[in-house]
Amino acid sequence: MFAVFRDLIRYNIEFAIGLMLVSVVVIFASLSFFSPVDPSLIYTTIPDQPPSWQYWFGTNSRGQDMFWQLSTALRNSLTFGIIVAVISRVISITVGLLSGYVGGWVDRGLMFVNDIFVAVPIFPVLVLFYFVLRNNMDSLTLALIMACFGWPFDARLIRSVALGLKHREFTRHAVFAGMSTRKVLLEEHLPYVMPIVFATFMNNMLWSIGLEVTLAVLGFTNINNPTIGTVLYWANSHSAMVVGVWWWIVIPVILIVMTFIGLFLLAMSMNEYIDPRSRLRRMGA
Amino acid sequence: MTEDLLKVDGLKAYYQMNYFGIEREVRAVDDITMTIRKNEIYGIAGESSSGKTSFIKVLAAAIRPPMRIIAGSVKYDFKGLSVDVADASPEQIEAIRWRHLSYIMQGSMSVLNPVRRIGKTFEDFAMRPLGLSGAAYRERVLNHLERLKLRPDVLRAYPHELSGGMRQRVTIGLATVCHPEFVIADEPTTALDVVVQKEVLGLIREIQQDMGSSVVFVTHDMSVHANMTDRVGIIYAGRLVEEGPTRQMFFAPKHPYTAHLVASLPRIGDTTQRPALEGRPPSLANPPSGCRFHPRCPLAIDKCKAEVPPLMTVANDHRSACWRWQDVEPLVAPQKAVMA
Amino acid sequence: MHGYLLFVARRALLMLAVIFAGVSLTFLVTHLSPINPVEAALGRMTARSVSNPEAIVAMRAALTELYGVEAPIWSQYINFWTRLVQGDLGPSLLAFPTPAMTLVMRAMPWTVTLLTVATLITFVIGNLMGGLAGYNQNNKFLKAFGIVAIAIQPVPYYIVAFVLLIIFGFLWPVLPISGGFAMNVTPGMNWPYVSSVLQHAILPAMSLVLVGFGGWFLGMRALVSNVVTEDYVTYAELAGVQRSTIVGGYVMRNALVPQLTALAMALGGVFSGTVITEQVFNYPGLGSLLIDAVNAGDYSLVLAVSTVSVTAVAIAIFIVDLLHPLLDPRIRAE
Repeated sequence: MFAVFRDLIRYNIEFAIGLMLVSVVVIFASLSFFSPVDPSLIYTTIPDQPPSWQYWFGTNSRGQDMFWQLSTALRNSLTFGIIVAVISRVISITVGLLSGYVGGWVDRGLMFVNDIFVAVPIFPVLVLFYFVLRNNMDSLTLALIMACFGWPFDARLIRSVALGLKHREFTRHAVFAGMSTRKVLLEEHLPYVMPIVFATFMNNMLWSIGLEVTLAVLGFTNINNPTIGTVLYWANSHSAMVVGVWWWIVIPVILIVMTFIGLFLLAMSMNEYIDPRSRLRRMGA
Repeated sequence: MTEDLLKVDGLKAYYQMNYFGIEREVRAVDDITMTIRKNEIYGIAGESSSGKTSFIKVLAAAIRPPMRIIAGSVKYDFKGLSVDVADASPEQIEAIRWRHLSYIMQGSMSVLNPVRRIGKTFEDFAMRPLGLSGAAYRERVLNHLERLKLRPDVLRAYPHELSGGMRQRVTIGLATVCHPEFVIADEPTTALDVVVQKEVLGLIREIQQDMGSSVVFVTHDMSVHANMTDRVGIIYAGRLVEEGPTRQMFFAPKHPYTAHLVASLPRIGDTTQRPALEGRPPSLANPPSGCRFHPRCPLAIDKCKAEVPPLMTVANDHRSACWRWQDVEPLVAPQKAVMA
Repeated sequence: MHGYLLFVARRALLMLAVIFAGVSLTFLVTHLSPINPVEAALGRMTARSVSNPEAIVAMRAALTELYGVEAPIWSQYINFWTRLVQGDLGPSLLAFPTPAMTLVMRAMPWTVTLLTVATLITFVIGNLMGGLAGYNQNNKFLKAFGIVAIAIQPVPYYIVAFVLLIIFGFLWPVLPISGGFAMNVTPGMNWPYVSSVLQHAILPAMSLVLVGFGGWFLGMRALVSNVVTEDYVTYAELAGVQRSTIVGGYVMRNALVPQLTALAMALGGVFSGTVITEQVFNYPGLGSLLIDAVNAGDYSLVLAVSTVSVTAVAIAIFIVDLLHPLLDPRIRAE
């Protein structure tokens, strides 16, 4: 396993860059555990200070140290992304494996539901949820809602793999031996599906954090909970660009872009590595 | 003496790969020298991963990286138009493609573009080499289809609307409509049932006689070679190990490998047990020293491990690459009925 | 032909199911609210401006009748559908007493045009460049393109729009960054209006194209790299078929088939992206309308925009689905 990683880092530049970016971001986010200030407090320091040796990322108009603020914000955003990704993976694996393996009416029904979820545009629905729940919508609720929309794409992918596995010899042997469906799915098929799950995990994180940032910037989430999006929201509401507090906007944006590109490169290079045809293409062509 | 249509001289074509820091060289075609004459059917036999597919890909000017021609020449001579595939410019190769040199590929379903009508595919392939257009072109194509016993409305169909046999006939038609002098048939009957196989083989033979072209027929099925070919060449581990007139090869093989191949054909009424060859075909990335067959050969001696046997003329038009060719005996008594 | 009709019927059924599910979802969500919409609406209205008591009473009566909050939930549901089918979702609070639907219909053309134009450009150019990149793996220019695509693709719509806003709003103000058209032109079929509309559409469209482009490019490049190894492509190259024919008719045509499916699946996301981008540039489409409605607590308007969004996307997906058999003759026969 480690040999795979080592090879990837050495020869696949996208993976290397992606890993580096994500590591930087994760390390920065975990610094928030050691934060000397409580990030939810405001006016703890002098406001509107540009980046300096004392305040590495400057301070914002609300009197918060941007460094610690962003560290906590990143941590919250990443945690949010991971939660959504985990929950939606569980749903998509269950639906995909079941649908592909059992087939028949179960398959048709599940895929029908799947297509419906794919077609409904999520943004208006999320906005609607916010409109209705207002301040009662905390991160966890939002995460749950987004997980409910994040599984369809990948469920279909997993289903097509499951369809292929159904007709393989080892599946037939297992069934003959009396293995229950649940056992077959969990112990025999799941390992085949894991590489796809891993790649889609990161894509899903990208998607959910992106959506969360968008909602937050518009002020449609719990704005007192520091995430990257809410930081931008406050920056906007204090007209940061106009006032000249450019670091309040530029630094979070740079962090966001780094996180996203990093995750994306990781997902893409893993995908390419897994697909044997693309591996062949890299071989001295 | 008939003129030679194709002269292959000292051809070496390797796969050279460099992946994750590991370099690897697979010697798919390792020093082959042979000729193909006009108006003959030449069979190429060999098991899977013997390098025969790579060899004919070189002949068809169809190799791409990571496979490269390392040495040697592949010279065609079409009525004065000479082209060395190993050395030619893309324009020269374009000039001979399809018009003089064509290819019948394995697997009839996947060689036809699924989203394109057959007629359009014919246009793509044949219009330019034929140099015809409009009514003249149409007439030519329709005549050809008739010869293949295909109805004209096949041109309006999509590949998935035709049966397997029809598709194979379309593929043969596609390859022969320009009346090329040299046709490479790559396992055209593998994966077809015997009835269709007979039909397809008959078709190929008819067209060959009609056009007077040379056909290189690649298959691992020895009975097809017995039936169709004038001469046979046996390829083992990237090398040509024996070559000669088909009858002679079957009745008096002069290489142990050929003897085993020929003996593998079942005969009605014959219940003798045949000895199987031990071991398996060597890896082309790391082939054995000397004669590549020596680990499996029942006649192997020390010389075979040390020195590579060259192709030596052992009879009229018959060559063999074996130090002990004189000691090779057929394993089973050849039956006349096979050569019907 | 029979196969085709069956195909159309199946997709139409799906479309209706989507609309039904989506609209029901919006209904359910709004009725989950612990707030009484009538009181909340009234509260917001009166907080804004002083209204005379009769007006308030009349409003309360109208709103109660409209929302039907006294009736049991299933009757509210039927009521909701009846009104929706008639296109009547009540008056908008923002622009009282204009019906919410009118506002939505006014904003629709802006969103639909922006969405259609941006999606077409992104799909065509993205797939074209991606296809060429997949076929000519060693072309330096296309490789560089690929890297740029990778860099922008994962960034959320909002951020890209925002960055463009900063660049063109503060650093290099050559393009208008707000509104659908300039204030001093009169709407109509005259050149100043049309040119103003076009100018104002450039930034939102550019933002959408930048984000969407990468996805199609990378997807098509990967697909083409695989299609190129297919037997029929190898055979055509072997036969010396003209390169342009191979790239167009053999490679791209086959690779586009799964891309069309991907387009249908992506429309929901693209719509969301359009809506978000509009907000950044204050473009008078459904996006801005939605945000304003939410901020003003305009219940009817939010409901109207949501239901129309779901319906519009479902119809768009259906139309894309109909294109499928044109591209892939194997579907026509099923």
